[in-house]
Formats: sequence, structure tokens, C-alpha cells
Amino acid sequence: MHAQVAATSPQPQLEARAIHLWRGEKHLLRGVSFALYSGELLQVVGPNGVGKTSLLRCVAGLLPTESGEILWQGQSLPGARDEFHRELAYLAHVNGLKSDLTALENLRFGVAVRRAVTTEELRETLQLLQIEACADLPVRALSAGQKRRVALARIMLTRASLWILDEPITNLDKAGIALFEARIAEHMRTGGMILTAAHQLLLQGEPGVRTLELR
Amino acid sequence: MWLWFHKLSSPPYAYRTAGLVRPWLFWPAILLMIVGAIGGLVLAPEDYQQKDAFRIIYVHVPSASLSLMIYVVMAVAAAVGVIWRIKLAHAVAAACAPVGAWFTVATLATGSIYGKPMWGTWWEWDPRLTSELILLFLYLGYMALRASFDDTQRADRASAILAIVGVVNVPIVKYSVVWWNSLHQGPSISKLAAPSIEGSMLWPLLIMMLAFILYFGAVLCDRLRGEILRRERNASWLSESLARS
Amino acid sequence: MQSSVQTTPGLGKILMLVLARDLRLAVRHWDQVLQPLIFFVIVTTLFPLAISPALDELRKISPGVLWVAAMLASLLALESLFRPDVEDGTMEQWVLSGQPLSLLLLAKTATHWLLTGLPLVLMAPIVGTALGMPQSVWPVLAATLALGTGSLSVLGAIGAALTVSVRRGSVLLALLVLPLEMPVLIFGARAVDLAMQGEPVAGPLNLLVALLLFFVSLGPFAMAAAMRISVES
Repeated sequence: MHAQVAATSPQPQLEARAIHLWRGEKHLLRGVSFALYSGELLQVVGPNGVGKTSLLRCVAGLLPTESGEILWQGQSLPGARDEFHRELAYLAHVNGLKSDLTALENLRFGVAVRRAVTTEELRETLQLLQIEACADLPVRALSAGQKRRVALARIMLTRASLWILDEPITNLDKAGIALFEARIAEHMRTGGMILTAAHQLLLQGEPGVRTLELR
Repeated sequence: MWLWFHKLSSPPYAYRTAGLVRPWLFWPAILLMIVGAIGGLVLAPEDYQQKDAFRIIYVHVPSASLSLMIYVVMAVAAAVGVIWRIKLAHAVAAACAPVGAWFTVATLATGSIYGKPMWGTWWEWDPRLTSELILLFLYLGYMALRASFDDTQRADRASAILAIVGVVNVPIVKYSVVWWNSLHQGPSISKLAAPSIEGSMLWPLLIMMLAFILYFGAVLCDRLRGEILRRERNASWLSESLARS
Repeated sequence: MQSSVQTTPGLGKILMLVLARDLRLAVRHWDQVLQPLIFFVIVTTLFPLAISPALDELRKISPGVLWVAAMLASLLALESLFRPDVEDGTMEQWVLSGQPLSLLLLAKTATHWLLTGLPLVLMAPIVGTALGMPQSVWPVLAATLALGTGSLSVLGAIGAALTVSVRRGSVLLALLVLPLEMPVLIFGARAVDLAMQGEPVAGPLNLLVALLLFFVSLGPFAMAAAMRISVES
């Protein structure tokens, strides 16, 4: 019943061409290129400090590159920035949650800026990640793993096609990681794309899962 | 013309060009300053009211004009850098700031020296001095913001926003200071206004103005070269050209 | 392929969301809202202590004192405008939301003004009376402070967006913002002074309105540009 779109789309949805980035004196990204198709997961790997987070931030449009192009659906990014961002969900090292609001309030405010959402939808997603008990607790009171799951819930709720996730499984326990892998597999099945940076490889050996190594 | 502009935005070319142009700005500036100084200090007749004290306007007025002009140049360069993403424009803006600040200080200092024999005090809150003081704060704020970013590119872009916001505010500040002052002394002219200028007093002023502009150009060339060196220190063209010379 | 046909909220809805969120956060942190107000009262108290207890002398300088104290209090309040959101990552989510960042930041600044500027406007007549200000001046005082603190908030927000990623940038913020705010101070304080002397205040009052409109219409773009630079790393 799911559309197997992986690798059959002729055009890559997301493309990076010869990205160069300097961090002060350091030439961090030297001509990084990749292409991401619907239904794929691309994992950026490499040692600490090699520029994985910087690459993800460049692709997301937070960090300007020295040179190189980023194309979304064939269009060069600086032009179509807002449309691109509507299709993008980004998860940083920090969770992007206000600690004084409850999990539910965080999700509501975080998602409603992008699309209308009902409380039932929010609770359903929390249930999928097995944190429905946290719904009405202030985020301050949650454990690090629970906070990360709330942040993942936000990613899922945006219904964006491209997920850029920076070290998504930090603080998650084994059960959390398993849940997370199930969610990203589902996202890929429905034609979504995921770009991550992590020390631990996810969904190893699955079709549509590739790695990009930075040196 | 456009091609030349594009060429100019390449650091090695700009570096060479600034080096070549500089003597053509500096020496005429010095010459004009001497001529202007002779004209202002020696040849121009004594003012009826202010006697010899007024002669300081030959430094004060050009300094004031230049301090404002440089801020505008700085803001325009910064805007060019941000809109067309030309890094050299940012280098120009960075090079302008200290020069402009110094001209502002010169304006304030000469204004103060001018004022002492006139009013008996070292400082008066008259429109020009007050607005020059605020302009100095704007320059200092710009330089402070630049210094607070480690990354040159971020410093460039952030300070560009500040410069543009500043330049838009400069007319507002000037107007408000004049209005503020006028409430207290009636619609009088600035206390530092030159006495009614006539021919023999006027030409040294114009000469000095031109001299200061050329001088600014020369100093800008020097500072720009310094900025280029600092920003491009890892670039290959620099080590090659140093190896050659 | 994930459906990208979703109802993106309109601009009015976004404003309401930002307002609701920030008000809710403020309610849970009353102390942060009160602090600038208390600072305002303390600073105005410094002047009688430093100058003289004689109300006649204080009355003469009361417009200036109130205005300077309001400027400084508004400056302190700016610490809580953007920094918390930048630190917990919520701001970069706004940058990536696909919605106009200038609008989001303007909404945030307006909410911040409601929480920090408006209380000043309401408090000022009381403090003014303590400095010998006659009651007849209260409407002009409130009007000039309301318009003025609005402009101060917008200018301050631009400075805050520029310095939010600078470590210990509060003094830098003051250096950048105070010179830009000087025209607002001039018109506002003078207007109250003119009112105390029974002179017409239409001139400076209109100028304050013009300044507010000017800053509100162009300021958000500067804020957004500055914020994009600040959230880069």
C-alpha cells in the first residue's frame, strides 16, 4: 500500500554541489557534494569537529556557505528559501523547547506557526513515541530522553518531507532508539527524505540508507 | 565600466590599485593643506569680531564635513557588501570606521579650542558639537560590534546592518539636536558657525575641504591594504606576490 | 511523496500565536516582568537623593529624569527579549519556519512592550508625582512615554538581535542602542517639559508618532537580518 518511490525518481530532491565552508581559519568543508532522493536516508559520518553539524546547518540554510550550491527540487536555494523551509523540519543539538511550557504547549506553539494542528493529533504523536504521560508536564520536569522524544514529536508533526536531524538519538535509551528507527523508516516509506549526522549508524543495511563520510 | 568594477572587487587587484593610487592622493593632499593653511592662517584677514580665533574653522569645518561623509561612505560600502556579497566592500567599510572616528574627534577638539576664547568654556552643548558627539558614539558602537565577533564574515554582516540603521538615523539625530537646541536660545545659528564668509576667507576653506577629502582617500588606501592583508593572509596570491617582491 | 498542501496560518494567526506563547511564558515568570519596573522606580529615587529633596528643584528636572530612567529600564528589559529563545533553540526554529521572520520578531517585540513598556507608562505618573510633577501633565506624560517606549522597544530589539550571540553583550547593547534612541528622548522629554510650562506639545508629539511609525515599519527587517546572522552557530 505504500508507494515505493526510493531510487526511482529521476531527479534528486535535495542536492549539494561543491560546498565550501571556512570556520575562522579552518577550511572545514572542502567541496562537499551529495544528492538525496525521495525515500532515502543519508547519514553524515566522520570524527568530531569534521563539520557534520556545519554541513547540516548549511543545507538547512542557517549557515551561509563560502561557495557551492544547494538545490531543492532543482531550484537553487537562496531563491526559494521560504518554500524550502516549509518542507523542512530541523532538529539541532538543542531541543528547541521552552522549559516553562508543557510538552503539549510546546508542540502546539511549535507546529501551529507552520500549520493548523489539533490537540488530538498532538496527543496521538506523543503516544506513538510513548510519552503521552508527559503531555501536561512542563518540559523542565522531563528527563533528557523524554525531552528528545518531544523534540522528535515536533519533527513528525510538521509533516515536512525533508528531515534534517543533528545527532537525533542523543539521550535516547534502547527503546527510544527503536521507536525512532521505526518512525524514520515510516517516513522513508511514504517518500520522505532524511539527512542526519550521528556517531551511531541507524537502520544499517536497509535499502535506501547511505552514508556520506567527511574527512 | 562594469567589468572594471568587478575586477576591482578582487582583493589582489584592489591591493595593487590602492597602492598605486595612494601617492596621487597623498601628495596633492599635503600640498593643498599647505596652500590652505597659508591661505587661512596668513592671507585671510582677521575677522572683525572673532579676530584670529576663527581661523580654526579651517580645520573644524572640513573635519565635521568629512566625519559625516565618511559615515555615509562606510554605510554605502557596507550595504554594497551585503546586497551584492562583495567582500572587498566590507573591507572598505571596516577601513573607513577608525578614520571617520578620528575626524569626529578632531571636530570636537577643534570645536572645543575654538569655543574657549569665545565662550570661556571648553564645551558647549551647541547643535554641531552635540551631533558630532553622537556621531562619535555611532562610530565607536560600530567598531565595538565589529570587535565582538571573532568571525570576520559575521562581523562584516552584523556591522553592516548597524551602519545602515545608523546612517538612516543620522538625519533624525541631527534634526532632533537642532530642534532641542533651538528651544533654548531661539532660532540662532550654531555658535560655531563661521562668521559671514566672504571671498578671501572662503577659498582657503574650500581648499582645505578638498585637501581633507584627498587625505581621507590616501588614508583609506593605506587602511584598505592593511585590511586586505589581514583578511587574505592565508591566500596564495599574497604569498606569491610577497615571494616575488 | 509527503503532501505539501497544508494550510499555512495567516499573518494574524501568527501574531496571536506569538502573543499567546509569550504571555503564557511571562505569566510563569512574573519576576522577570517586574524587575525592569522596580529598576525604573529605584533609578528615579536616585535623583532626589543625589540632588535635593526640594520638590521645586525636582519638578524642573522631572521630565528628563523619568525619561532617562525609562530608557535605562527598557534597556535592561531587552535582556529577556531574544536571549532565552536563542539559547533553547526556539529562535532558529522560527528562522526555519518558512514564515516571515520580520513579522515574528515584530510580534515578539510588541508583546515584550506590553509586558515591559506599558507598565512603565502606567507607573510613570505615580513616580512623577513623587518628583513634583503636576497632575495636569499626566496625559502628555503617558502619551509621550507610550509612543516613546514603543520606539525604544523597536530600536532596542534591533540592537538585541545584533548582540544576542555575543557573550556578555549587555554593555555593548547599551552602546549601540542609546545613541540611536537619543532623538526619542529629546522629543519625549521636551514634550513633557513644554506641557509643564503650558506650551503646546503638538510638534514633538507628532514627531514621536512619526518616529514610531518609521521604526515599526522598517525596524523588523533589520531585526530579522540581524537575527539570521546571530543564529548561525
